[in-house]
Amino acid sequence: MADRFESIGSVRDGLAGVDYLADEAIAGVVFLADRLDKPVLVEGPAGTGKTELAKAVARWSGSRLIRLQCYEGLDESKALYEWNYRKQLLRIQAGEGAGTSWSDLEDDIFTEEFLLSRPLLEAIRADEPVVLLIDEVDRVEVETEALLLEVLSDWQVSVPEMGTVSARRVPLVFLTSNGTRDLSEALKRRCLYLYLDYPSVEREREIILARVPELPGHLAAEVARIVRSLRLLDLRKAPSVSETLDWARTLVVLGVETLDASVTESTLHVLLKHRADIAAAARTLRTAG
Amino acid sequence: MLDLLAGFVGELRAAGLPVSLTENIDAMDAVRFVPLDDRTVFRAAMAATLVKRPEHRPAFDAVFDAYFAVAPFAGGDELDVDLGALLDDALRSGDAEAISRVARLAVARLAGMEEGRGVRGSAYVFKTMRMLDVDGALARLLAGAEWLERDDLTGAGLRLRAEIEAEVRRRLVAERGPQAVARSVRRPLPEDVDFLHASREDLTALQRSLRPLARRMASRLARRRRVGRQGRLDFRRTLRRSLSTGGVPADPRFRRPHPHKPEIVVLADVSGSVATFARFTLQLVHALAGEFSAVRTFVFIDGIDEVTRLFAGTDDLAAALTRVHEEADVVAADGHSDYGRALGTFWARWGREITPRTSVIVLGDARNNYHAAHADVLADLRRRCRRLWWLNPEPRSYWDTGDSIVSEYAVHCDGVFECRNLRQLEAFVSQIG
Repeated sequence: MADRFESIGSVRDGLAGVDYLADEAIAGVVFLADRLDKPVLVEGPAGTGKTELAKAVARWSGSRLIRLQCYEGLDESKALYEWNYRKQLLRIQAGEGAGTSWSDLEDDIFTEEFLLSRPLLEAIRADEPVVLLIDEVDRVEVETEALLLEVLSDWQVSVPEMGTVSARRVPLVFLTSNGTRDLSEALKRRCLYLYLDYPSVEREREIILARVPELPGHLAAEVARIVRSLRLLDLRKAPSVSETLDWARTLVVLGVETLDASVTESTLHVLLKHRADIAAAARTLRTAG
Repeated sequence: MLDLLAGFVGELRAAGLPVSLTENIDAMDAVRFVPLDDRTVFRAAMAATLVKRPEHRPAFDAVFDAYFAVAPFAGGDELDVDLGALLDDALRSGDAEAISRVARLAVARLAGMEEGRGVRGSAYVFKTMRMLDVDGALARLLAGAEWLERDDLTGAGLRLRAEIEAEVRRRLVAERGPQAVARSVRRPLPEDVDFLHASREDLTALQRSLRPLARRMASRLARRRRVGRQGRLDFRRTLRRSLSTGGVPADPRFRRPHPHKPEIVVLADVSGSVATFARFTLQLVHALAGEFSAVRTFVFIDGIDEVTRLFAGTDDLAAALTRVHEEADVVAADGHSDYGRALGTFWARWGREITPRTSVIVLGDARNNYHAAHADVLADLRRRCRRLWWLNPEPRSYWDTGDSIVSEYAVHCDGVFECRNLRQLEAFVSQIG
């Protein structure tokens, strides 16, 4: 199959072009996923840009993004395909009038025309380049995970009444997980693994500058440092990158020139969403002076 | 290259990482596509194909650094530089270049590495850190620093230590070859760290993996409760439904199951020898408090005291545990573990509050310092409660040696479990939920 990406450098530059700052490791794994035709399992704390990575890759490579949002109770008919039984019923009734024989009819109603494709089948059948995002895969039950295995390793979907639908071109697949439970070994084995942690101070500063260009440079550096230090506190939920960006935007809207303790304290609720966390952070800020 | 990779994967497996055959093949495939001279990318490619758990990453990195080491710093010492001043500058600026320069020079000048000496790498690191007086310099800089600067400096200090370790390792690899070095830096995975022999670094790693573990377990327990078996047939509603099908009960209805949430009482030995174990178990149990209808905690050495109130209404388990050690009244006589006495006091003061809904967990090594066992108290307790478990942090082969009297208590328990590491602890907790 045609290789989508030229080199690791081009992946990184391309993603930077759509405002996603990938480091060498991220770009390397995305590049490998393309060359090895393997899905990427992205894990990490909430709000570190897991979903955003898939979206950015789609945006940059001009592929269609097909998204399967996972939840408890997701089943075959929501993830793979479903027969359009209303239409089948109509066909049968129409056939009765015309006197079609049953065997003809049976062949007829189990064809692609009556198939409703759901995200996984949709991604397999697509003619154009596709990025498939399977979001929060840790939310489905272990049994449902098995649905994904055939798609992810053989790039095909078996429809008993019709046969096997194979991929016309292998889609680029991203699975994201917040790690609320351990995924099965079978699934992990089929994927490349990418762990997205909170970025370093320098990288976070660059992310802020790329996404909130209105914020002055010295403030961006300060924001990154404060967020880093907040993450070192023992909090229930450390501030995520997206919350950092929200905070940066808040500071722009408020027209803040210098970031002192009182400004930080009064805007903490943008960064932290638990009362106990806000109290702990405010205490630290006050003792820091 | 393939030989090197095979050795690398072999060493990863020896370190305890589960690397399957498919993953091995993926790694070999990946090598064809990534530039080998770019270490960051090469490392990322190997990690993406071989390591599927973030907790295993440090172990992977240690092996990787040994196998794919770059040549050590070739230039010798630059005698005219003042290392102390350089160190201060590097720490203050946090600049990666400066830090790695200090590390290289310091190892060259201070570590005193000579070929052919069978010294462990950690000894060289320790020596360099001490001779360079990193801690002293940090303390000096930290004294006048405010909050953010403090974190900057500590971060720089950690990076410097990592750089020194890397430089020592590079020199060792050049001398002894990757295999020997990889073996000497092998560290247990966090879930296999023995509670009783954990180093300070191991403990920090454990502490970090505890919270995600608790979260995972909470969701597992909750999920099992929700999707568990169906309840008994609801006769009234089934009959009512059958009216719409002409009296044929085609659509049976079931009662919603009322899964009970167990009530947990934890009795924890907090004497020095097993304190670490008690600490982690208490943290895990309290992090899961939402999955139990009630959790009560008692700590003992030779006296016993209830500390449930210290955990109530606080999110900060670590602080609560510190208060446990300060405030709990656990010494009645000489401050050596006395299980018989502690259990007796518990039974006399709180025994009436044990109900058939209560599950009791005792944490301790049952090393009784040759005091009387009073195992009959445990027998009384067992009769009144729902379940009685004993978790022992010692390896099974040590049980009943010396002053350990596990088996005297074990006969009255529903189960005695060896609980030496997080993996065993996790297995136990998921079974009681």
